[in-house]
Amino acid sequence: MSILVYIEQAEGSIKKTSLEAVSFARALADKTNGGEVVAVALGTVSEAELSHVGAAGASKVFHVEDSKLDAGVIQAHAEAVAQVYQKVGSKTLVMAKSSLGDAVAARLAIKLDAALVSNVVELPETDNGYTVKRSIYTGKAFAQTSVTKEHKILAIRKNAVDLKTDGAKASVEKVSLQIPDTNFATKITSTDKATGEILLPEADIVVSGGRGMKGPENWGMIEDLAKELGAATGCSKPVSDIGWRPHHEHVGQTGVKVAPTLYIAVGISGAIQHLAGVNSSKFIVVINKDPEAPFFKAADYGIVGDAFEVLPKLTEAVKAIK
Amino acid sequence: MKILICITHVPDTTSKIQFTDNNTKLDKNGVQFIIGPYDDYALARAVELKEQLNATLTVLNVGEAETEPTLRKALAIGADDAIRVNAFPKDSQFVAEQIAAIAKQNNYDLIMMGRESIDFNGGMVHGMVGELLGIPSISPVMKLEIEGDKVKMAREIEGGKEYLEAKLPLVAGCQEPIAEWKIPNMRGIMSARTKPLTVVEPASQNVATEVINFQLPPAKGTVKLVDKDNVAELVRLLKNEAKVL
Ligand SMILES: Cc1cc2nc3c(=O)[nH]c(=O)nc-3n(C[C@H](O)[C@H](O)[C@H](O)COP(=O)(O)OP(=O)(O)OC[C@H]3O[C@@H](n4cnc5c(N)ncnc54)[C@H](O)[C@@H]3O)c2cc1C
Ligand SMILES: Nc1ncnc2c1ncn2[C@@H]1O[C@H](COP(=O)(O)O)[C@@H](O)[C@H]1O
Repeated sequence: MSILVYIEQAEGSIKKTSLEAVSFARALADKTNGGEVVAVALGTVSEAELSHVGAAGASKVFHVEDSKLDAGVIQAHAEAVAQVYQKVGSKTLVMAKSSLGDAVAARLAIKLDAALVSNVVELPETDNGYTVKRSIYTGKAFAQTSVTKEHKILAIRKNAVDLKTDGAKASVEKVSLQIPDTNFATKITSTDKATGEILLPEADIVVSGGRGMKGPENWGMIEDLAKELGAATGCSKPVSDIGWRPHHEHVGQTGVKVAPTLYIAVGISGAIQHLAGVNSSKFIVVINKDPEAPFFKAADYGIVGDAFEVLPKLTEAVKAIK
Repeated sequence: MKILICITHVPDTTSKIQFTDNNTKLDKNGVQFIIGPYDDYALARAVELKEQLNATLTVLNVGEAETEPTLRKALAIGADDAIRVNAFPKDSQFVAEQIAAIAKQNNYDLIMMGRESIDFNGGMVHGMVGELLGIPSISPVMKLEIEGDKVKMAREIEGGKEYLEAKLPLVAGCQEPIAEWKIPNMRGIMSARTKPLTVVEPASQNVATEVINFQLPPAKGTVKLVDKDNVAELVRLLKNEAKVL
């Protein structure tokens, strides 16, 4: 029985989080019945890019090469994935949790009469029934959830499994689908997107600044460190509220929830609503001039000091080990 | 113009989350319940649309009697009437079916929700309702303007936003900065007491998932502090001890 993975692309490249979803599906197949992992990609993507999906663990990619699907039109994507799922005869669909993934998964759950579990953090237990561990209360807890429906959709959180890179090349099969026009009733008129940046939800390292950075003119220091580390930049809510940084960088309860291997917080106090967005990080480093800042309680490593002195030194020290 | 706003009744964002009954129930001791922060954004934008378009606003919650103060608060902020579907919100599919059943009876032009509930963080009820009703669902929406039957929206995507247009009816999962949270005033609080709050029984009982138990993450150890004059030591620890560089 094949597991289908919905892979997302941006400007023709496949998202890393989607590749993780492929590796998750591969590990799940190994754990259960050893079936195939097949992926579905929508829109314009090069053949070479698609065959990379093999390295992550898929043996085959169905490519719906319809340029109308380049944009993430939620209903159209849901319809396309549903059709491929039925064609494959799969019973499990895996995808990365994302802005588009969530919206598409919800519609698919109804279309496919499937149980949808979101925020999945590890492989399901399948020995006795089917239970899935998912993150709830914005990372403050987990729920063991049992799934009784035959069809299952798992939306997985970053770092739920290690990305596999040693798989064979995947074969690519082009499929053309009839997607009724009603699915394109929502028109994307334009997008406004930072290019070349490392995206926050996908980043392995995040450097975040808070109100302690004093003003947008000081963000160069955050960016320098981020660049040296190959990291994405984030911020606290007040920083995006005042407009020092764009909204999509705001981390926390009401912002982006990140799950990097390393989160570096500079001049952020560590309010519970901020911590809610970062408590899935593997390691947390806090730089704050106040030794009593609550963030130190959630940190693995810390420096009590002035960000304006520590940051340039830290950037130099990172350079030195390269 | 009829707008439905679906709200959750969830622990305040500062709550310490703990469980009782063998980790099968949330420990409500000392927990303050609020309108979900994203639902609050949806409601705030709906109140603005009401002023602009002379709309009527209905708020809806699927929950047991304890959620009524939260519904009353939404009435105080500006909703005209409230509906409570009298059932424990067992899972997203269950909740979505209740909302869709109410929507089918009342033909709302616009259904507004939060991008996600802050208890289960599914981010899926809006999409399910959209599919059940056969209308578009858009989330997370950061801007929403109505011009005639046209809706202009901005949706957050990784690293930016996309602008889109659709026709009513539709479902929107909202987030900031769609509007500023509104605080009820005295007049609102007074009038909320007499606004209608209807209780209805669930239309179906289907569920797709069931929580077996809850777990808390392992406690963090104590922080390892590095002297501010020895920053290289931090990099060494990250490289050799944590092995993240
Ligand atoms: C419903 C709700 C939802 C919320 N959601 C979020 C959310 O998603 N994300 C979020 O971040 N917040 C959120 N908040 C806000 C949150 O409560 C805090 O107000 C916010 O996180 C504080 O931001 P900050 O740490 O940048 O600023 P502050 O609390 O002002 O902290 C600044 C810190 O910088 C330090 N500092 C100052 N100068 C220096 C220096 N030179 N060098 C080093 N350190 C320095 C200070 O010691 C202090 O600890 C929410 C609040 C509510 C009510
Ligand atoms: N029990 C409920 N009653 C009413 N609306 C709900 C309920 N649960 C979720 N919603 C709505 O659906 C949105 C998304 O919830 P979720 O899919 O659980 O993250 C929330 O922000 C609410 O607007």
